[in-house]
Amino acid sequence: MAGSGTAHLRSPEDALLRVEHLVVEFPLGRTGAKVHAVSDVSIDILEGETLGLVGESGCGKSTTGRAIMQLPPPKSGSVVFEGQDLTKLRGESLRSRRPRIQMIFQDPISSLNPRRRIEDIVAEGLRIWKVGDEPARQAKVDEVLDAVGLDPSFARGRRPHEFSGGQCQRISIARAVITEPRLLICDEPVSALDVSVQAQIINLLEEMKARYGLTLVFIAHDLAVVKNVSDRVAVMYLGKMCEVGPPDVLYRSPAHPYTAALLAAIPVPDPSVKAVDRPHLGGEIPSPIAPPSGCRFRTRCPLVQERCASDEPQIEPLEGGHFVACHFPLRPGETLPMDGSASAVGAQPA
Amino acid sequence: MEGPLLAVSDLRTHFRTARGLVRAVDGVSCTLERGRTLGVVGESGSGKTVLSRSIMGLLPKQNVVRSGSVRFEGREISSADPRTMRGLWGTEMAMVFQDPMTSLNPVMRIGNQITESLRYHLEVAKDFANDTAIALLHSVGIPEPERRMREYPHQLSGGMRQRVTIAIALACGPKLLFADEPTTALDVTVQAQILDLLQLQQSERFMAMILVTHDLGVVAGRADDIAVMYAGKIVEKASTRTLFTEVSHPYTEALLKSIPRLADPSHTRLEAIGGRPPDLLKLARGCKFAPRCPYARPRCAEEEPVLSESGSPGHSFACFYAVGTPEGADALARNRAVGASPGAGV
Repeated sequence: MAGSGTAHLRSPEDALLRVEHLVVEFPLGRTGAKVHAVSDVSIDILEGETLGLVGESGCGKSTTGRAIMQLPPPKSGSVVFEGQDLTKLRGESLRSRRPRIQMIFQDPISSLNPRRRIEDIVAEGLRIWKVGDEPARQAKVDEVLDAVGLDPSFARGRRPHEFSGGQCQRISIARAVITEPRLLICDEPVSALDVSVQAQIINLLEEMKARYGLTLVFIAHDLAVVKNVSDRVAVMYLGKMCEVGPPDVLYRSPAHPYTAALLAAIPVPDPSVKAVDRPHLGGEIPSPIAPPSGCRFRTRCPLVQERCASDEPQIEPLEGGHFVACHFPLRPGETLPMDGSASAVGAQPA
Repeated sequence: MEGPLLAVSDLRTHFRTARGLVRAVDGVSCTLERGRTLGVVGESGSGKTVLSRSIMGLLPKQNVVRSGSVRFEGREISSADPRTMRGLWGTEMAMVFQDPMTSLNPVMRIGNQITESLRYHLEVAKDFANDTAIALLHSVGIPEPERRMREYPHQLSGGMRQRVTIAIALACGPKLLFADEPTTALDVTVQAQILDLLQLQQSERFMAMILVTHDLGVVAGRADDIAVMYAGKIVEKASTRTLFTEVSHPYTEALLKSIPRLADPSHTRLEAIGGRPPDLLKLARGCKFAPRCPYARPRCAEEEPVLSESGSPGHSFACFYAVGTPEGADALARNRAVGASPGAGV
């Protein structure tokens, strides 16, 4: 995996957001070592599209989402939003773009200030930007609270602790959409919620997208959730892009061995699928402080060859808008070998 | 020995809190044979964790009201004193917890954490305990076990730490292993490894396992039987195959429908369960799922259905208007006819 390259990007005129060669690194004290959180990732999103960003913890998906917001600004690369490179903006000119990009977070309870009333939490964006007068702002608060399925007269005066996790996530969504953003970055918005509530929030996000004309970046580790919401899915591993494609194609015939392994590892709620009959990946994600050379997935890849250690694969097109960064991609219908874990560090004992 | 390994009957665990009595586990009965796996599925607050802790006797001393019986190998242990329970922990029953970061002692070497229980319970010599610990670490898939023995938990990744907690739990050869959300804190590829490992160890040691999870997918391919919990009660219980093919309780059905499936095309609208899990402090009369149930009729709010066997052998559920029965179809049709949203029939 590995993948650098921009073959999967579409025409810059069509894209609402175009991220090119994004690099985010975090220094480790005075040691000079760095965490290579995101290394040369490119991605674009068309207006009205939902981009699903999937991968395991440490793959850089959240860092990518935050780097789009310039929180913190990336080390290098460009983030072109509405034709403007955000990485070149500073101070007031960057701040003035903020209402156009909003974010919702994983933990709905800790992302709301426990001391404030819901009406103040939701109205804050409007007050900061002095949108309309106070009655107009209050009317807008009622409108968005109603849109996210909360009774405004009930919710307004209460504080976050009086709501459940799912309701707090609704409040976060209301707060995000009130400034009428064009792009909404959702960082694991449903992973802290119970399954029965998760479906409500996913459905709500789809409704919000239609109602407010949103474009979504949906970051999650759950492949089934991502497939459900996305128009295009990008799979990441250790700060690199593995595979990009329309969800139906990518899930039916994954070309990257990592995507195939990820799909095989999902527990399926169907007892006729015996878990032990599927190839499971051995080992664990290597340290992002000293990532492997060449393809970063090679230490766990069942199809690894010598070339993978020296050459980093570039993103190359397959059929049907499907792109993969792998020297030896799987062909449609091909599956991983069953002894997939044999080559990996920390594999099952013989 | 005759009889099941574990027989739980009408177990209740309530907690006294400042806000009132929390009925965390409210009348649960189940049995488990040797070498079998029981999957306990439920959302947060359904009582699944308190159930396993109640069976193991890992409850706080204060402000707990418990009743019912727990028989382990025919022996009543629900009111056993701590000394008796200590004799059972490790050697007869052991537990793997959700969070491998906090369930290991951060200032104790991995090796000592494993040999501790061996030396305490089995009173073996130090060298023998060390050799056993190395063999255990090897069997749970930890490379270079000799070196790892001398390391501390922070030097290991999350998946490796969970392997260590499994090694600790297996050390004294328990007959029953509780795995309480053993993979929830782990990534999906590591989750598959850990579940494979648990299954392998279980079949090699002919150990019974209670696998507690919120994810029906985790238990589907691995448990022999599944119990679905809601508001402190088992609402449906069956062999895994039966549960998925003959879903009877509306909650189980709703849970299965609300999970996004890989086979569905993108943007398939999910059938979310309306409302929210019940407040255990203010449980209504009648069926606890009724306020969210599309099948609910006025009777459900008045009378609580009991868990009873019907249909396939071993399949029991607690519902008057079960999915797939004429009564259920009729209830659903009537609710739909009046355009009622879930629970409006109540």
